[in-house]
Amino acid sequence: MVAPAVILEDLTKLYRRYSQKRRFQTMKSALIRGDLFRQLRPEEIFLALDKVSFTVEKGETFGIIGSNGAGKSTLLKIIAGTLRATYGKVVVDGRISALIELGAGFHPEISGRENIYINGIMLGLSKKEMQRRFDDIVRFAELEEFIEHPIKTYSTGMYLRLGFAIAINVDPDVLLIDEIISVGDEAFGRKCLDKIKEFQWRNKTILIVSHALGMIKTLCDQAVLLKKGRITQIGDPRMVIDAYLSDVAEKEERELSRLHSQTLEKYALTDEAPFHATGYRKKRWGSRNIEIREVKLLDKNGKEKHIFTSGELMEIRMTIYARKKIKDFVFGIGIFNSGGVSCYGSNTYIEKFAPQEVSGEGMVSFKIKRLDLIEGTYFLDVAAHQIDGTPYDYHRQLYTFRVQSHIDDVGIFRPQHSWSFSPNISFKKM
Amino acid sequence: MWANLKSLFHYRAMIQALVSRELKARYRGSVLGFLWSFVNPLLMLLVYTFVFTVIFKPPRSEGLTPYALFLFCGLLPWTWFSSSLLESSAVLSNNANLIQKVLFPADVLPCVNVFSNFVHFLLGLPILFAFLVLYQRPLNINLLFFPGVVLIQLVLTLGFALFISSLSVHFRDIRDLLANLLTLWFFATPIIYPLTMIPENFRRVLAFNPMTHIMMGYQDILFRGELPHWKRLSVTFLVSLVVFYVGYFIFDRLRDSFAEEV
Repeated sequence: MVAPAVILEDLTKLYRRYSQKRRFQTMKSALIRGDLFRQLRPEEIFLALDKVSFTVEKGETFGIIGSNGAGKSTLLKIIAGTLRATYGKVVVDGRISALIELGAGFHPEISGRENIYINGIMLGLSKKEMQRRFDDIVRFAELEEFIEHPIKTYSTGMYLRLGFAIAINVDPDVLLIDEIISVGDEAFGRKCLDKIKEFQWRNKTILIVSHALGMIKTLCDQAVLLKKGRITQIGDPRMVIDAYLSDVAEKEERELSRLHSQTLEKYALTDEAPFHATGYRKKRWGSRNIEIREVKLLDKNGKEKHIFTSGELMEIRMTIYARKKIKDFVFGIGIFNSGGVSCYGSNTYIEKFAPQEVSGEGMVSFKIKRLDLIEGTYFLDVAAHQIDGTPYDYHRQLYTFRVQSHIDDVGIFRPQHSWSFSPNISFKKM
Repeated sequence: MWANLKSLFHYRAMIQALVSRELKARYRGSVLGFLWSFVNPLLMLLVYTFVFTVIFKPPRSEGLTPYALFLFCGLLPWTWFSSSLLESSAVLSNNANLIQKVLFPADVLPCVNVFSNFVHFLLGLPILFAFLVLYQRPLNINLLFFPGVVLIQLVLTLGFALFISSLSVHFRDIRDLLANLLTLWFFATPIIYPLTMIPENFRRVLAFNPMTHIMMGYQDILFRGELPHWKRLSVTFLVSLVVFYVGYFIFDRLRDSFAEEV
């Protein structure tokens, strides 16, 4: 039984936020007022990590995902040792190399060669060990021509490449990577990935923080999902990524439905609000003899939502109210994508519904059996007007919904389709 | 504390590398390069010589001639002391990326800063000695005490540098405060005047200043060729050790806050 490479036990990190006053506090005023220590007391506490525990076995590649501010980088820094946990225990077995900030210790005035040596010494190697690795590092960074020049003459890419080359060539037992695979150009990125794979093959332990979920999925043996400093999901990367994605979707749904209800409130008709006021003109206008009081987007179970999967059923349901008996009326809808392109528009008159009569409250439903739109954000127009176009109530792109898709196809709409091939053309399933 | 010192010793290669980096970077791009370390004190000495022999003539009574040389015996080590302290007030925030982004022993930084100023001091010494020989000052066996005085000053400077650097992470205005304090300190130390010029009752006050004894040590050994006041220097050494201990202790206590505060 081999001991694990990294053990975290109940890791907790508190950030103290001092009062606004404290931030501009100076030694002088602290001494004069004699309240040095009272001012040093924190005002607020922010819990960046809350009892995080997990174990990473030797040779495992471990992914850490989560939205911004979930505590991923803090966690990595604590493992690297640059930050100290407030409570809890971290045990790391072996030499760590942290690819958190590349080239952090470089001095701009001196040459690449000298910087390599100094950086290596900072990472805990002796001068001899560095001499042995020097050529590898320079070759990996592709900087043979420039190595004698001062670092300040390097481009950003060269700088990061050198930092990456040093960090990865010091032969660590545990490698911490924070969202930096995207340094350099395409070719270098691939080289970095190859190097990571080589590490895996040599049974080194790797911890990766990334938003590149595809990479996490292909590289990692295990993953953890952090949410506001807490572990919400741990285990197989596919499962963890799915949990993350559904979290993201949930958040987006909340955001959109908040927007929806805000819109309804903002443009609601009250007795006082003159609907012909200028602000209204652009978004909502009409005589209001027929009023569209509410618009809801529903899925096949009649549940209100704002994020649909491509190909799903979507129902647009309007609650309307006619102030009097009206004989001349048309209901219509229009769908626009985020570029303002009309994706679809139709109304009852075009589709040969001859109006008879409407009065009082009612419901109009427009059901799309298959929402075959490509992925993206869409805006919805709804309207009630006369046959000649004179509006009763026109809602201009007041409602927003998102369409998700598993396929990254392009265009505006996705016709139902299938591929077929003659027998001499063969494919493998991806 | 002991473990700290051991780890600091363990990092000597890093300190060495960083000091040489500091020195290299300092003169990179200048024509004279390393020669500046000699030229700087030389020019300073020439300026003082000119001022104090042509323009402003100090009383010749107390064996202070040449006055510029007397001044220089104190000024060179004082420059080491004061620029180390002044630079240490910014050293941690200037290297914030090292402290935040890399696993890096922060105590190395003030040490690097003291040592690179120490190197400048050492490079200034040949100039000083050349002039001592030129003016036929009595250089004798008492020179053996010179490294001792340097050591005392080194320990004291390190102690203050650690203290100031850690505190200035929390209080940025220490730098300004320090600049003024160092001017006061400069005049409260017998550098531009001999201690004998001070009225008797003020001498007691000055005796509490550890730099007084260090500076007088230099003046005794180099300028007068006399045996330094070894009793006072021993006490000063003990004081320096205490300052170093306290400075390191405070640095150690505040260490965890650096990554978040710098």
